[in-house]
Amino acid sequence: MACNPVRDRSDKNHSDGNMSKQTIVEYATRLGDDALILGHRLSEWCSNGPFLEEDIATINTSLDYIGRARMFLSYAAELEGAGRTEDDLAYTRDCRDFKNLLINELPRGDFAFTTVRQFLVDAFNLFFFEALVGSTDTQLAAIAAKSVKESRYHLRRSRDWMLRLGDGTEESHRRTQTALDDLWGYTDELFHMDPLESELLDTGVAVDRAAVRLRWEPLVTELIDAATLQLPQPYTLPGGGRQGVHTEHLGHLLAELQFVQRAYPGLQW
Amino acid sequence: MAQRQTEQDLERRFQARVDAEEKIEPKDWMPAAYRKTLIRQISQHAHSEVVGMQPEGNWITRAPSLRRKAVLLAKVQDEAGHGLYLYSAAETLGTTREELVEALHRGKAKYSSIFNYPTLTWADIGAVGWLVDGAAIINQVALQRTSYGPYARAMIRICKEESFHQRQGYEIMLALAKGSAQQKAMAQDALNRFWWPSLMMFGPNDDESPNSAQSMKWKIKRKSNDQLRQEFVDQTVPQIEVLGLELPDPKLRWNEARGHYDFGAIDWEEFYRVIKGNGPCNRQRLQHHIKAERDGDWVREAMRAYEDKRRGREAA
Ligand SMILES: [Fe+2]
Ligand SMILES: [Fe+2]
Repeated sequence: MACNPVRDRSDKNHSDGNMSKQTIVEYATRLGDDALILGHRLSEWCSNGPFLEEDIATINTSLDYIGRARMFLSYAAELEGAGRTEDDLAYTRDCRDFKNLLINELPRGDFAFTTVRQFLVDAFNLFFFEALVGSTDTQLAAIAAKSVKESRYHLRRSRDWMLRLGDGTEESHRRTQTALDDLWGYTDELFHMDPLESELLDTGVAVDRAAVRLRWEPLVTELIDAATLQLPQPYTLPGGGRQGVHTEHLGHLLAELQFVQRAYPGLQW
Repeated sequence: MAQRQTEQDLERRFQARVDAEEKIEPKDWMPAAYRKTLIRQISQHAHSEVVGMQPEGNWITRAPSLRRKAVLLAKVQDEAGHGLYLYSAAETLGTTREELVEALHRGKAKYSSIFNYPTLTWADIGAVGWLVDGAAIINQVALQRTSYGPYARAMIRICKEESFHQRQGYEIMLALAKGSAQQKAMAQDALNRFWWPSLMMFGPNDDESPNSAQSMKWKIKRKSNDQLRQEFVDQTVPQIEVLGLELPDPKLRWNEARGHYDFGAIDWEEFYRVIKGNGPCNRQRLQHHIKAERDGDWVREAMRAYEDKRRGREAA
């Protein structure tokens, strides 16, 4: 990946360059955590998929997410300048320091749950990264450009599966509707702007999530209809991922993800 | 009587082609026993690739760095792909993947006994890549010249990826061997546990392997079990030395006269116990595979139902 370590971060809109740098570190960490946690969940499907071709495809998607996580986290670590690495960020932070959105950490569930989550998130990612390509931060823009291509492919796959499962058998329809209903309340968090992201939006670094929603909603609504599914009754869950207030599931995921580094701290592997 | 004659003629011609190193292709005439032997061998090979995803998949969620996690994911993905190529090669012989998988689930079809051993520590992932893929390469390089065309071509494709797998396994071991005392002990322990089962991967000694002679004559097999095993030992001992680990067998010694390493006696009782289904993980591996299949039943049904509806709509 083309690194850009010498880029001048002293933004003209900000008297305090350090402050601005710190917010970008946080932003990159958030995006890295989103990718890492969902990539991890996908990797749990290995050898558990409904058939071999699907195992291969799911691992592929997982690899894209893990690759993306590495780019965001290593950029965050580099920009932070405290000598930490992508692995320090992934393996030594506790639950409260992870900033991923909650939808990414929910257990993988059945194949319908995984499919619906992928569809909702892939559609979000496509529009989000298309916008991030225009970021004034060239490093984030470069990661976004790669992510757009991947997301386009991921979305094509998860859309196809939504149609097959929604409009397949009675059982697949029921499972898919249940998953959609269970996941729906977590989608609101995808579009939440907090002060940090609003500030970065002003300087052209971050993406306007409200604008992403305007593209996401029609696509999702239309596909839900095409898959003969019902749009869930709207409800919103509290969210909290960006503040490190997670579901109980994340701690268990981290216990597994971080096991070796925690059992044998400070070693090279 | 006349038919007898023809059959013998066909067999003679078949053997002549094999002797001339011509590849046998799916549409060619072949002895029924040749077909049967190939199906058994290729299906066993395909199942090994797929069941092997389990002991390695066991560490994907616990890989100690993001790079290792990505490399392991990519490796296991390759193995799934190998399974696919091999099922396709078997299908050219007039069987289906569903039939082969069903035979596996009924305990009729085998897979490599090495995957019935557990991966207990991260070092085991290094040992599996290094030793198990290393042993597989030795087998598969020989099989690139096997007489059945689709199998030989699948092997050529697969071998390219296997050497990458072996390298990444060895790299894991190297990092551990250069690491802390605990890491080094972990590497030694993994080597000790996977050494003998890796030697067993090549199958029984030649004089205990009654079907081998026919397979060699048909050039399904190109080298004997003992030849392949010796190649593996000769290749691996210097690699152990580079790692600075202790040899896992006190009888391993260079034999100047033979130009090969000597090694100790293999515990064949253990080998047959595992083959018969009583290794540490046989039941677990099979049940895992069956469960994934059962859990996916409704997904495959939905696919078919959707496909039927779509075709119906297109026809309308
Ligand atoms: Fe393989
Ligand atoms: Fe391999």
